[in-house]
Amino acid sequence: MKRLFAIIRVALRALRRNLMRTLLTMLGIIIGVTAVIGMVSIGTGARVQVEQQIAALGQNVVMIMAGNMSRGGMFSGMGGAPTLTLDDAVALRKEVDGVAYMSPEVRGNVQLVAGNLNWNASVMGVSHEYLDLRAWPLAEGDFFTEEDINGAARKVVLGQTTAKKLFEDASPIGATVRVKGIPFTVVGLLSAKGSNMMGQDQDDVALVPHTTAMRRLFGQNFLRSINVSATDASSIENVTTQISELLRQRHRILPGRDDDFMIRSQAEITEFATSTAKTMTGLLGAIAGVSLLVGGIGIMNIMLVSVTERTREIGIRLAVGARKRDIMRQFLTEAVLLSIVGGLIGIGVGMGVSSALAAQFNWPTLTPSYAIVGSFAFSAVIGIFFGYYPARKAAQLDPIEALRYE
Amino acid sequence: MKPVIEIVDLHRIYNTGATPVHAVRGISLRVMPGEFVAIMGASGSGKSTLMNTLGCLDRPTRGIYRIDGTNVAALDSDALAAIRNHKIGFVFQGFNLLSRTTALENVELPMLYAHPPLPGDEMRRRALRSLGQVGLANRADHVPNQLSGGQQQRVAIARALVLGPSLLLADEPTGNLDTRTSIEIMGVFQKLNDAGMTVVMVTHELDVARFARRIIIMRDGRIRRDDVVNPRLTSAEELARVAAEEQAADLVS
Ligand SMILES: Nc1ncnc2c1ncn2[C@@H]1O[C@H](COP(=O)(O)OP(=O)(O)OP(=O)(O)O)[C@@H](O)[C@H]1O
Ligand SMILES: [Mg+2]
Repeated sequence: MKRLFAIIRVALRALRRNLMRTLLTMLGIIIGVTAVIGMVSIGTGARVQVEQQIAALGQNVVMIMAGNMSRGGMFSGMGGAPTLTLDDAVALRKEVDGVAYMSPEVRGNVQLVAGNLNWNASVMGVSHEYLDLRAWPLAEGDFFTEEDINGAARKVVLGQTTAKKLFEDASPIGATVRVKGIPFTVVGLLSAKGSNMMGQDQDDVALVPHTTAMRRLFGQNFLRSINVSATDASSIENVTTQISELLRQRHRILPGRDDDFMIRSQAEITEFATSTAKTMTGLLGAIAGVSLLVGGIGIMNIMLVSVTERTREIGIRLAVGARKRDIMRQFLTEAVLLSIVGGLIGIGVGMGVSSALAAQFNWPTLTPSYAIVGSFAFSAVIGIFFGYYPARKAAQLDPIEALRYE
Repeated sequence: MKPVIEIVDLHRIYNTGATPVHAVRGISLRVMPGEFVAIMGASGSGKSTLMNTLGCLDRPTRGIYRIDGTNVAALDSDALAAIRNHKIGFVFQGFNLLSRTTALENVELPMLYAHPPLPGDEMRRRALRSLGQVGLANRADHVPNQLSGGQQQRVAIARALVLGPSLLLADEPTGNLDTRTSIEIMGVFQKLNDAGMTVVMVTHELDVARFARRIIIMRDGRIRRDDVVNPRLTSAEELARVAAEEQAADLVS
């Protein structure tokens, strides 16, 4: 123990003697570990956020979108194709077992005017079950009812952003908003939901009955999508199969032909998003790993230079009684100190940088403890691995040859 | 009594250059405990080569070397390191101090490799005592390039003495010193020798060699003469003589 301290003291002294070089050598490890910590922190934070956002879609949600990506071009995919009708939605609600809530969806970007303020918002036509489906509570007022749907009422429920733009801080309830020039009464205000996975502001919306939207605003008789929620997680698959069969039958799709719609369950989206996040984290981790490796090679390089430069010193130490393993230990300690101190600095900088980035861009960041312990251990291993060869080279020197070295 | 050093028909051939150099050509020698030997000879006669072999720093090309009865050829590098550490104190012809390292730390160096390990304050105490022996206690915090050649030489001697070796090997320990300091160093050697330490030193100067008990003269890698010193100089007398001479010179000028 005492001896270990002595060795560390000697190593520290040697490293201090060439402070600039020591710092530059550590830079490789510092950057590598900073990258690892930063990337893992941001990656983990992003994954947590994605998970939260997916949960915010609502419980056990299944989405049916018009068109099919694998058929035709971009345009026919993602709700652009006129293949889903209101009748499909009605049939689906009636005939599929295990559906808790259902809402058709049409949407468009439309100008809203209230008093002398106006704002372009995403106006969505949805059913009276939409808020239940998405587990989205109201902040104020009421949602529209089944009668409003049937009667194509001119009622609108505003998202937080839209309300702020049109009414600033005043309560919008009961006020009149002109949507595409048509007057609507504001009946409710949604609670804030934040941005979605794509970074879009989900509060920049106005909800109207889908019947009103189709007839009065967009003049279209097809739907962008139908959202359904299953009664529980275990029935999602069953619901999905039933919907698929029903729609194929209604659309008269022959066996062996592709669907003209897409069904995506929340579970699939979660899986996709988390696997994407995992791939990203893995990829970033690999990049960070490479930079750590480069840092290690930097250490090896400097240690080799150091062994050559200090050949005489090694000779002197051998001459006064140092054994091969003492020399080996000394140089290995120096290499490990280089990498460990670099690693610690990197952990500090990495956590600092990621929390600064998090504050800047409003991301959650999480530095998992496995990343801290892991990068510390990894930098120690790098020190040992890349320090071993130079240290062995030093220990193999012949005392008299080393003393003669100029 | 068992000899401290026993070499039989020792050869050392350097094969480093274009032509092999036969630096030591068959030396046989015995040094008994408590001896004080001075080795003299022209430059290039193989004195340093012999000393390096005696100091277990170099291995002979041919021949036998026994230290305290142990055949060095049979020892592994760890055993040799242990001998260099505590049995032998070696003073190099070119000091070989660690640069940018204080005199104190230079003297502490052998103790870093001592077995069993010494506590830090004990290392410091011993190093200071050793520096005091060569009259350098007040320069403990100086690094080598802040010291004169003679002072560096004395740090090297202090380092050789610090672990109390039974054999002191010194290659030109007074090569860089003035007369007075040389005599002082010889006084240190004589005192250590009187206390039982075996001393073997290389020197160019007969005046220095005559502080020893025995003079060996080398030429072309062989021993030419091996004599007992008579009369032998003592440092106390010589110091008194030098002091008187200095005073006389002062009076004259
Ligand atoms: N490493 C070496 N490689 C080749 N030849 C060497 C080597 N070391 C010494 N020699 C040669 O061996 C011979 C003896 O050298 P050594 O250093 O032992 O002489 P020395 O008696 O100590 O001389 P000096 O009084 O100048 O110190 C010389 O001819 C020298 O050139
Ligand atoms: Mg010599």
